[in-house]
Amino acid sequence: MKNKKRLLTGPYLFWAIAFIIIPIIMIFYYGLTDADNNFTLMNLAEITTPENLKALGLSLLLSFISTVICLVLAYPLAMILSGKSVNQSSFIVLIFILPMWMNFLLRTLAWQTLLEKNGVINAVLSFLHLPQLEIINTPYAIILGMVYNFLPFMVLPIYNVLVKIDKDVINAARDLGANNIQVFTKIILPLSVPGVISGITMVFVPALTTFVISDILGGSKILLIGNVIEQEFTHSYNWHAGSGLSLVLMIFIVISMALITKYDKDGEGTAF
Amino acid sequence: MARKLIDISHISKSYGDNLVLDDLNLYINENKFLTLLGPSGCGKTTLLRILGGFETPNKGNIIFDGVDITNLAPNKRQLNTVFQKYALFTHMTIAENIAFGLKIKGKSKAYINDKIKYALKLVNLDGYENRTADQLSGGQQQRIAIARAIVNEPKVLLLDEPLGALDLKLRQDMQYELIRLKNELGITFVYVTHDQEEALTMSDTIVVMNQGYIQQIGSPEDIYNEPENAFVADFIGESNILPATMVEDKLVKILGVNFPCVDTGFGRNKPVDAVIRPEDIDLVKPGEGLLDGVVTHLIFKGVHYEMEVMANNYEWLVHSTDMFPVGTEVGIKVDPFDIQIMKKPQSEDEEAVPIEE
Repeated sequence: MKNKKRLLTGPYLFWAIAFIIIPIIMIFYYGLTDADNNFTLMNLAEITTPENLKALGLSLLLSFISTVICLVLAYPLAMILSGKSVNQSSFIVLIFILPMWMNFLLRTLAWQTLLEKNGVINAVLSFLHLPQLEIINTPYAIILGMVYNFLPFMVLPIYNVLVKIDKDVINAARDLGANNIQVFTKIILPLSVPGVISGITMVFVPALTTFVISDILGGSKILLIGNVIEQEFTHSYNWHAGSGLSLVLMIFIVISMALITKYDKDGEGTAF
Repeated sequence: MARKLIDISHISKSYGDNLVLDDLNLYINENKFLTLLGPSGCGKTTLLRILGGFETPNKGNIIFDGVDITNLAPNKRQLNTVFQKYALFTHMTIAENIAFGLKIKGKSKAYINDKIKYALKLVNLDGYENRTADQLSGGQQQRIAIARAIVNEPKVLLLDEPLGALDLKLRQDMQYELIRLKNELGITFVYVTHDQEEALTMSDTIVVMNQGYIQQIGSPEDIYNEPENAFVADFIGESNILPATMVEDKLVKILGVNFPCVDTGFGRNKPVDAVIRPEDIDLVKPGEGLLDGVVTHLIFKGVHYEMEVMANNYEWLVHSTDMFPVGTEVGIKVDPFDIQIMKKPQSEDEEAVPIEE
């Protein structure tokens, strides 16, 4: 019995070693060595160059703003969904997930077409004699792309915790005299914290590391830390610097998550 | 003279095509322990939720202390509910749970602290202030749920099968606890259960419900000794329910044998149902009773023996502290006042007679 169970974990174990553990070890190896395979911290120090610092700062800022916007949009939506009957809500959830079935690149390219100077949106606006929208190749377009792509990852975890709240717990709060606002602030909001944290993690981390969205919607003018790392690998062929910067980014993600989880007593629903 | 506190009139409630309560009338007196008793799906919980404000009836009114509260939000009602699965706030400590209602009402810190101490003492859980709900057992959580409700000094406490999830011993302890609480607090309890023993133990008044209708209202003794129809007789305890004919006042013919009884006013030669509780049957020597039979089953139940006696083609259920082995020939004797006569229902719907107390 025991041996059979162990056999079942085999494929997963193989997967984890081949595609998670070995790549991470390689990143650590490249990140902490120079071209002659000698140990060095120089690759980590790459982050201190003005261009890289600027890219990191912009990445942190844009992913922070995108995460906040996602949260503000997703919470009310998740609340509306959790109040619906299962049939209605699963239909709306489907609508939100539907775009995720399309290729991520395709969706982002579609936004490029929509936002372009002579794109669809501006064509409609000029037809209506309205001022032109000039946000393509600006940070605003990048934020728009991030929010659009990552919103479902915020909605679903929050929706999941909200539907699990026992209706009688809410009834009990009302029974004890709480009005709707008090029920929300004292019961629903605190009980949904694990979902919110999980949602923040699922939006903030990919937003911080993305290079595709900034590439397509930011033109090549706006460099995020993801783009810098990508260029180190694909243009400069400097795997050492790229790995070093990746490690620095990992450290920033770990710090961000630690800050968030500090406010979550139980540590439920987080990625760590 | 007890004062009428809640008056429920002509309440109907349906979910889609499913009629849960149909034109229900009931009043609840102040400082009484009233139990809504019935099988699942009889509408008892729906009625309680209407009282609590979590459901709105399709028709009818609830008058509470002279004021119509039918459409009043739950947070505006002077009653509190103890929910079936406790519904404690898991993100708060026990003290914060108990303080919840008082904080919302803006009571002072000192007052709240006093109340928490008092309530925890009342439910025998002093010193549990700083624990969380998941550190407590089911019975303890239920007590906290009660404490959280009673600190608000409601006029009525609604309890929705609060002991359902507890084991037998704990349930019995909690029953005494609830009676004590009710007497100490002097507030009205409306209690929902499907457990007839629980209802008989604790209630001043039992309301037996089935399929959205009230079957009988009365004291535990009334309900047990004088069930008004076969449903009540069957639901409350075990009984022999026999088709019979009322020959004349004080004489009923059961299975072809005339039994003297004490009931009058059913007319002559009218079909009725006769209820005889198993513990009211005396087994005597053959020929000394009203009819003779043979013991077919014997089970030891602790307090008594449970026997089945085949007599006149009917298996009589008998409880007795005397033991008669299987195969023994016995006589069956029933005292006249132990026979309860009920009108035969005219139709299936008749199980739903509206009853004035």
